[in-house]
Amino acid sequence: MTSVQDALIAVPLLALVILATRAFPFVLFSRRDPPKAIRFVERFIPPMVMAVLVVYCLKDIPWTIWPSGIRELAALALVVVLHLWKKNAMLSIFGGTAFYMILRAVL
Amino acid sequence: MVNSKAYRYTDRIMLSPFPESAPPSRRVHGRRAAFRDALHAAFPVTIPVLFGYIAIGIPFGLMLVKAGYPWWLSPLMSLLMYAGAGQYIAVGLFAAGAPLSGMLVAMLAVNIRHIVYGLSLIDRFKAAGRWKPYLVFALTDETYALLTGVKVPANVKPGLFYAAIAVLDHSYWIVGGVIGALAGALIPFSFVGIDFALTALFAVLLIDQLKRTRDPLPAAIGIICAVLATAFLGPKNMLIAALAGSLAVLVIARGRTK
Repeated sequence: MTSVQDALIAVPLLALVILATRAFPFVLFSRRDPPKAIRFVERFIPPMVMAVLVVYCLKDIPWTIWPSGIRELAALALVVVLHLWKKNAMLSIFGGTAFYMILRAVL
Repeated sequence: MVNSKAYRYTDRIMLSPFPESAPPSRRVHGRRAAFRDALHAAFPVTIPVLFGYIAIGIPFGLMLVKAGYPWWLSPLMSLLMYAGAGQYIAVGLFAAGAPLSGMLVAMLAVNIRHIVYGLSLIDRFKAAGRWKPYLVFALTDETYALLTGVKVPANVKPGLFYAAIAVLDHSYWIVGGVIGALAGALIPFSFVGIDFALTALFAVLLIDQLKRTRDPLPAAIGIICAVLATAFLGPKNMLIAALAGSLAVLVIARGRTK
């Protein structure tokens, strides 16, 4: 475990890294327009990153031990169905989370 | 803020001659009043984020305290870092005692997606004036979605409206994290699993992006690379490998057709 003192050093540095990722395009293209190669990045990367992050959230599931990810996959399926059906982000997120919490309690 | 009587007196005179009793129309429309109007206009739009950030902020504060850190680290991280996934990952890395260099690389990998958000806001932020630095700092997934998806009311300056959205979202995130950190000891075991809200949030953002782009290839590449990275490199190292790998595959796959 990182000590509280080390965490206090790490937090501002981590904050600077995050700020750098947010400020980068504004600093780079403050005086000129983004090239075509950047437009290409702009279009395809967000869904790719989100897909990676969904898998990232499921990475610690012990697949070989019961209930082997059934709860997570069932709740995720509900999120997808709710979102395609009702198109309400908050309903999908909270509905899926509530269902997952119930599954955690009963399974 | 200078805490003297004289300063407070002039401050009041400049803002409003009748601070408490005057009707809104008689108030001097100063900077603060303009921002207050912007907050009023922006609040309804930010309600989904209010619920989302409280719900996702609580487990963040809870995880932080359960990992053995003092409660005040929660608002400090939320104030300075202000990144949902980034702060969750930071708690995990703190708890695992990861080296600082590893943390910085991981943070860069997780938040590199923010570069993409900024690219589509360069023109929009040109009119934001003195709020621009804060808007750039506070550019989270949800704030980005609101800034690009919501129409600015006619009677509010765009820059102020964007700033109001960003400030409200930021405050929700800080409050959620503080509640989680302070109530951490009181929250019963049945709260286990609420962190699934983050997974659901990413899934919802993914579905929205798939609907908008009508192109499943980038997401398919992302899923396949992330699964392979988890299988071969393990859960700890999968994120950077998955992002770098899928980006490379994407460039190869789409570079040819362009």
